[in-house]
Amino acid sequence: MNLIDVKNLTKRFPMGKGEFTALKNINITIGKGEFVGLIGPSGSGKTTLLNILGSLDVPSDGEAIVLGNSIGALSAKQSAMLRKESLGFIFQSYNLLQVHTVYENVEFPLLLLKLPAAERKMMVMEALAWVGLTDKAKSKPPQLSGGECQRVAIARAMVKRPSLVLADEPTANLDAANSHNILKTMEALNRDLNTTFVFATHDEKVIGYLRRKIFLLDGRIDKDEVVEHS
Amino acid sequence: MKLAIKLAYRNLIGAGLRTWLNVVVLSFSFVVIIWMKGVMVGWDYQAKTDMTNWEIGGGQYWHQTYDPFDPFTFADSHAPIPQELLPDVECGAIEPMLIAQATIYPQGRMQPISIRGIRPSQRIFMLPTHRLDSLTDAIPAVIGNMVARNLKLSVGDYVTIRWRDAQGMFDAADVVIVDVFSCNVPAVEAGKIYIALDKLQSMLMLPNQASLLTFADAEKERPQVEGWTLKSKGELTKSVDDLIKTKTVGQSVFYMILLLLAMLAIFDTQVLSIFRRQKEIGTYIALGYTRRQVVGLFTVEGAMHSILAALVAAVYGMPFLIWQAKAGWTMPMDVSDYGMAMAQTLYPVYSIGLVLSTVLIVVLVTTVVSYWPARKIAKMNPTEALRGKIQ
Repeated sequence: MNLIDVKNLTKRFPMGKGEFTALKNINITIGKGEFVGLIGPSGSGKTTLLNILGSLDVPSDGEAIVLGNSIGALSAKQSAMLRKESLGFIFQSYNLLQVHTVYENVEFPLLLLKLPAAERKMMVMEALAWVGLTDKAKSKPPQLSGGECQRVAIARAMVKRPSLVLADEPTANLDAANSHNILKTMEALNRDLNTTFVFATHDEKVIGYLRRKIFLLDGRIDKDEVVEHS
Repeated sequence: MKLAIKLAYRNLIGAGLRTWLNVVVLSFSFVVIIWMKGVMVGWDYQAKTDMTNWEIGGGQYWHQTYDPFDPFTFADSHAPIPQELLPDVECGAIEPMLIAQATIYPQGRMQPISIRGIRPSQRIFMLPTHRLDSLTDAIPAVIGNMVARNLKLSVGDYVTIRWRDAQGMFDAADVVIVDVFSCNVPAVEAGKIYIALDKLQSMLMLPNQASLLTFADAEKERPQVEGWTLKSKGELTKSVDDLIKTKTVGQSVFYMILLLLAMLAIFDTQVLSIFRRQKEIGTYIALGYTRRQVVGLFTVEGAMHSILAALVAAVYGMPFLIWQAKAGWTMPMDVSDYGMAMAQTLYPVYSIGLVLSTVLIVVLVTTVVSYWPARKIAKMNPTEALRGKIQ
């Protein structure tokens, strides 16, 4: 079964008196457990597509069905519910809550799901163990390195075991060693938990880890290729 | 809501100094508003108590022509004590007072004065009337501090007074000051001299007559008496209520300004938060909050300033307010000439209702002020917010 089904999707933004078309007639399907990247230069529409898949934005035309939900037809409450229950986000600049501890940042999605405290604690500690940050649970983001912050962001995205994780340029602010570390972590989580990862990236390091590459150019799909890793 | 409170608390505590600055300013407003309101309540209470103890007792019968603001009415404002009230007069439950306009000659000067005849054995007023029983070679009289100061009289001084009796004949005699009392009710002191009732009745040739009849018990129902006007305690203290009301309006303006300053700090913090925390707002939405929930979170955050402020205010404000209630607030200038029932030291009185209503008002106002800028979040584009783009 497809996790994501995008049909004839077009996205236009108002610009001055006219409009700018960011995505033109996009058609893709992504299945469960895929490790896929939307690759393209700046302005190619990869982040716009990722935002629509994350129900943070809506298509102008066409349809984007994520986990059986047509994004354009969802109410604000239903969109929030979809994000809360089934989606995880990883951002280029981590977007951690600066005044909260690592533990509290990772716990946040579980608070929204209103899980009991004991269960939350167990899940947070497990997520921190996945990313190797159990010893930093009480630290706050300003006390962490960039690589550690992104690992916290991964733990936060994964803690509720979502079906789909959307990562927007997750390594853009990291050095090579940290980037590989992060990508290996995500690869392991994809393999162990069968979570679908969709990246928006133009970073060669990320591209090297992908098992499927969807190339975007000027809002259109230029190429869609599956990579066979040895 | 529970989650919003939990997150708001974490955000506020995490924000550190910025939060505590707002909280301290707001807590100061709490303490000052409660203290000022307490002073007003205390003043009201003290003024009414002093009036009761010194001037009006539990209420009065006024002779029908008596007007305290028109001394020309005094000459005709007297009548025999009504038969139906005599038993109460005899047992001291009602105290008669006779009033006459006279002239006093301190150090050869001439000044108008009101002579008040009162029984030395009375127990309704705190006036030192027992001193009127002194054996002296002149008429024993007591006066208030204000009169003593104005007429330059002190205990033991002799002074001449002149009056007209019921037949219109002028007469004069010396009085000796046997006591000088001090009270907070100017109406009791100003331009008045107190002598024994029977003496004044004989001086005026008005045996068994009175101008005022003051009763001790305010609760007891009093009948209407022909020729006399019944004045309840409530009517007689209305002037205090009106004065307090006027002062309260003036004071409200002061704490409106105080509250406005505190609210400005909250509003400023909220506006700044919404601009500075765009990414955070976007993150909340990405993690599953609706925009309305984020508005709610920011509103709760703002409102929580006032809750924390109430707690901080309790820490330093309660000892201060309790100390003030005990030590009182002594006014920096002499208030004896103000012409109103006002003690030099006011003792604030705080009720649970006063504290709760103040807390409620401040929390409500803070919530509204917090919600106002937070509404902007509802119009934010989450994808722009996630990038931290100012909208």
